[in-house]
Amino acid sequence: MPDKKIRVLIAKPGLDGHDRGAKVIARALRDAGMEVIYTGLRQTPEMIASAALQEDVDVIGLSILSGAHNTLCTRLMDLLRAQKMDDVTVLIGGIIPEQDIAELKKIGIAEVFLPGTTTQAIVDFIRQRVAHLSAASQPHRSAE
Amino acid sequence: MTDEKARKVSAAAGPVQASPSSFASPRKPSPVEIAWEESTLKPALAKSPDRLADFTTVSNYPIRRMYTDADLAGWSPERDLGVPGQLPYTRGIHPAMYRERLWTMRQFAGFGSAEDTNRRFRYLLSQGQTGLSVAFDLPTLMGYDSDHPLSEGEVGKCGVAISSLADMEALFDQIPLADVTTSMTINSPAAPIWAMYLAVAEKQGADWRGISGTLQNDILKEYIAQKEYIYPPGPSLRMVTDTIEFGAEHTPKFNPISISGYHIREAGSTAIQELAFTLRDGIEYVENCLRRGLSIDDFAPRLSFFFNAHNDFFEEVGKYRAARRLWQSVMRERFGAKNPRSWALRFHTQTAGCSLTAQQPYNNVVRTAIQALAAVMGGTQSLHTNSLDEAWALPTESAATIALRTQQIIAYESGVTHTADPLGGSYFVETLTGEMERGARDYIAKIDALGGMVAAIEHGFPQREIADAAYRFQVAVDRREKIIVGVNDYVVEEKPIETLHINDSVARTQTDRLRKLRSERSNDEVARCLDSLRRAATGGENLMPHLFQTVKAYATLGEICDALRQPFGVYQEVAIT
Repeated sequence: MPDKKIRVLIAKPGLDGHDRGAKVIARALRDAGMEVIYTGLRQTPEMIASAALQEDVDVIGLSILSGAHNTLCTRLMDLLRAQKMDDVTVLIGGIIPEQDIAELKKIGIAEVFLPGTTTQAIVDFIRQRVAHLSAASQPHRSAE
Repeated sequence: MTDEKARKVSAAAGPVQASPSSFASPRKPSPVEIAWEESTLKPALAKSPDRLADFTTVSNYPIRRMYTDADLAGWSPERDLGVPGQLPYTRGIHPAMYRERLWTMRQFAGFGSAEDTNRRFRYLLSQGQTGLSVAFDLPTLMGYDSDHPLSEGEVGKCGVAISSLADMEALFDQIPLADVTTSMTINSPAAPIWAMYLAVAEKQGADWRGISGTLQNDILKEYIAQKEYIYPPGPSLRMVTDTIEFGAEHTPKFNPISISGYHIREAGSTAIQELAFTLRDGIEYVENCLRRGLSIDDFAPRLSFFFNAHNDFFEEVGKYRAARRLWQSVMRERFGAKNPRSWALRFHTQTAGCSLTAQQPYNNVVRTAIQALAAVMGGTQSLHTNSLDEAWALPTESAATIALRTQQIIAYESGVTHTADPLGGSYFVETLTGEMERGARDYIAKIDALGGMVAAIEHGFPQREIADAAYRFQVAVDRREKIIVGVNDYVVEEKPIETLHINDSVARTQTDRLRKLRSERSNDEVARCLDSLRRAATGGENLMPHLFQTVKAYATLGEICDALRQPFGVYQEVAIT
C-alpha cells in the first residue's frame, strides 16, 4: 500500500477545448511519479464519473475555463456520491471567480487551484491528501 | 496514434531547436567590439557578474549581450528592410502607416443573450471603438443550440448565445452593418454563422459588396491548438474553401478567413512556432483553394492573419516583421501571385490572455500596454487589448474600458504612431526578425516534408511541439527561472476584485425563444432546406448558397450542424499529453 502509485484522472468537462493546463498538469503529475489517465476533451460528468470508477482513481483533477464549473461540478459530485465514491479527492483548476470557490468547496471539491499555482503545490496537495485518507484506513474500493 | 508513435514521428521530423544563427555565420565581431570586450566588458564583469547565466525570451530563445553590425553581415537594407508599403513589407504594408490611419481598435466582446451583447457593442462604439468583434459562447462554437443537453451550464458564459437568425438579428439591432466592420470568432460553424450575418445585412438593406469584416474560419489551428472542431479535416477544409470562393465572388471587402496564431501561442507555443504554424496553415488553405480551381490573385488579397502579442517586446516585434517578409516570399515564390495585395500580410493582434495573472490583477493593465505597444510597433492593422480581470472571468464594463483606453493612449499620446516601423534598422530587431523568419522557414520545410499541415496534424507534430514548449515554460516558472510578478515573486495577500457574473437565466430565455421559433417558422420549409443542404454536402458544390437559404428559413444552428454531421462525420482527436 505505501508504495502504491497515486492514480489521478485528469478530465476536461464541458465543451471547452483549451487543454494547455490539463496537459501540463498531467505531465507534471506523471513526472512526480503518479499514474495519470487523461480523459481527453468534452467529457460529460457521467463519462468522468464512470472513468473514475473504472480506473479506480484516488484523485480527479478537473480543468474548467469556460465558466460552466458550478453546473458541471454539482452534477459530477452528485454522481460520485451515488457511486459511493466520496473518498475520491476532486480538484479543479482553471478560471474560477473568487465568489464561486466557497460554494464549490461546500459541494465537496477539495481544492480550487487558480492560475499561477505551481505544479509542485498541486503535487504536494495530492500527496498529503491521499496519505491522510489512506492513514484513515478506509477500505479501498474495487472496480466491480 | 499512440503517444509513443507520435514521439517517433516528431523525432523523425528532427528536433526543432531555435538556432541563434544570424546572417553571418560564424559571427565576426569588429576590432572595436573585440577591444571593448577585453578592455571594458571583462573588467566590469569581473567586478560585478551578470544577474543570470542565460538571458532568453519568454519563448526561451537566447538573446546576446549586444547586437552590432556583426550580427547583420549579409543583411541588405534594400533587400531585407525596404520601405513601408513595398516589398518585402518588413516596415509595414502601407506607405504612410499610422500617419494616414490608425489601426482598428476592435475589442472582442460577447456574453449572455444577443440583447446583452448588443448593449455592450453599442456602449463600446459610443466610447470610440472603431470595429466590432463577436465572441460566441461554447455551444455556438461547437454547433449546438442553447437548449441542447451538452449546452447545459455553458449558455452565454464565455460569449454570446446565437442559435438562429433571430438571435443574430437581435445582436445587430440598431447597428448598421453597412457602416461598421465586424469580426466574428467562429470556426467550425463559420459558414452558417456567416450566412446569418449576410442575411441580417440583406434585411438591413446593406450591399454585400460594400460590407466589411472578418470571419475567423481557421479550422486548422483548432485541430492544432484550441480544439473547437466538429468535422474531420477534409470536409472542414472544403467548407473553408466554400466561404473563400463565395466571398471572392460576392463580398469583395470581407475577409473570409483570419489565419490565426493567437490560439497556438495561448496553447503554449514559442513565438517561432506561432509564426511557422500559422503561415503553414495559410499555405494549406491556399493549396486547397488552388485545387478548387480558384486563381491565386482572386482570393489571396482577402486572406488575413491574427497574431498574439506576448510579453517579450522585441521578440514580438521581430515576429510581426518576419511574418510580413516571409508571407510575401511564399505568395510570390511558392504561389506565383502577381497582385501586390496578395503579397501583403494584413493582421489583427490580441494581447496574450495567457500572460494575465489572477494575482494583483491591476498589473495586467501594464502587461497589456507593453504587449499592445509591441503590436503597434510591429505594424498591426487591428488590435484587441485584454482586460485586467480576465484571469478571473469575462471583463466588466469598467475593465473593458481601461483596455480600450490603453490603445487610445498608445495611439494619441505615446508618439510611436508618428513614423513607420520605428524600430527598423536596430541591430537587435533586424537580427531577431531574421532569426524568426529562419526558424519559421525550418518548421515550414519540416511540415512540407511530412506531407502538409493536415498530415502533420494527423502525426501530432505541431501538437507535440506546442505541448513540449508549454511544459518547458511551466517548469521554468515553477523553478523561478522565469519571474512572473505577483505569481512567483513579489507576492502579497490580496482582496478579491469585482467580476462580471453571467446569470443562468440566459439559458432559460434562450430555451423559450427557441421553442417559440420552432412553433412559428415553417417547419416544412426548414426540413426542405436542411434536406437540400445535406444533399449538397454529399456532392461537391459550394454550400454557402444552401446555408443562406437554410438560415433564412430560421433553421437553427444546431439543426444545420447536425445535418452536416451525417455526411461529414465527426472528428475525435488522440490526445497528446
